[in-house]
Amino acid sequence: MLFLPGNNPNMLINAASLMADAVIFDLEDAVSPAEKDAARILVRNTMKYTDLSVCEVIVRINSVDTPYWKDDINVILPQKPSLILLPKTATARDVRIVSDYMSEVELREGMEIGTVGIMPLIETALGVENAFSIASEERVRALFLGGEDLTADLQCKRTKEGKEIEYARTRLVVAARAAGVDVYDTPFTDVNDDEGIVTDTAFAKSLGFSGKASISPRHIEVINEIFSPTASEIDYAYEVIDAIQLAKAQGKGAISLRGKMIDAPIVARAERTIAMAAALGMARED
Amino acid sequence: MEILKCASAGTLESSDAYVEIEPASGEVSVSLESVVEKQFGDKIKAAINDVLCEYNVKSASVRVIDRGALECVIRARVETAILRAKGK
Repeated sequence: MLFLPGNNPNMLINAASLMADAVIFDLEDAVSPAEKDAARILVRNTMKYTDLSVCEVIVRINSVDTPYWKDDINVILPQKPSLILLPKTATARDVRIVSDYMSEVELREGMEIGTVGIMPLIETALGVENAFSIASEERVRALFLGGEDLTADLQCKRTKEGKEIEYARTRLVVAARAAGVDVYDTPFTDVNDDEGIVTDTAFAKSLGFSGKASISPRHIEVINEIFSPTASEIDYAYEVIDAIQLAKAQGKGAISLRGKMIDAPIVARAERTIAMAAALGMARED
Repeated sequence: MEILKCASAGTLESSDAYVEIEPASGEVSVSLESVVEKQFGDKIKAAINDVLCEYNVKSASVRVIDRGALECVIRARVETAILRAKGK
């Protein structure tokens, strides 16, 4: 997921060529108050007139405590972004307020209610504490951790090592998984630290994040590589599924593979690996 | 829509366009300065006029400085300038 400033035509028009699985058109922090109107029209036109079919399009609107968020939704929602990224989500009520308004706009535009999902951006201490109830709201498809604002709210320093946000990271992963939605990690903000992005991304994956955001096109390749399954992981996943199917055909209950019992969590992981491989064009041809 | 005051939108940066609009009496005039005027001048002016028509602008003076912007960008900047010029 790559953040792109919403009032910068040079970056917006190149969105499809930056190799990100998803682009986040930013109407919030990247846009000054005087340019909010210009940015939302520019983003709308970029979505309307350019071919963005190679990636998902997410739009970060302004938060519910600003005068801008309703206009953002009025202008952007008819273009059917994959998700609305809702900054400073602190409670489930924040999500409901926005979701109710989105339903009004969807109805007005002749869209099916719930067409566009919400990805709450959790970037306050209160948001972290309410993560599960936020993730459980009907329109929520994923949680997103915002490390910079969170550390400001926690009154601590944001470091490259990220010890200060470790609790929030694990809390969000648990909350999202418990609610059955995806969860995305905060960007690594030092665009010149090539080792740091690898370490930070690998750590996010190890915790269970579904993916990671970036503020720089330079980080996309590393993030994609780390979050993509390896060839041996894909091979193993197919071995698991093949073994399960064979066992079923033979009427066997329990089976083992490579000396290890194959149980439900291993099958579920194999299915997720194969689904991801398929999404990346790495699936086995049957 | 009536253009009640001067307004501008966009920038002079690469891939962007800068648009100024101001009230005029009785007609719409469009001036364009573009690095690709010879090749695309007519098409750009048509896009500008199209947006002015969408907003039913009957009288205004519009100046556009194009820095190689895509049509969707020029349309966005013209629309923003119109909305900023409508008053309030």
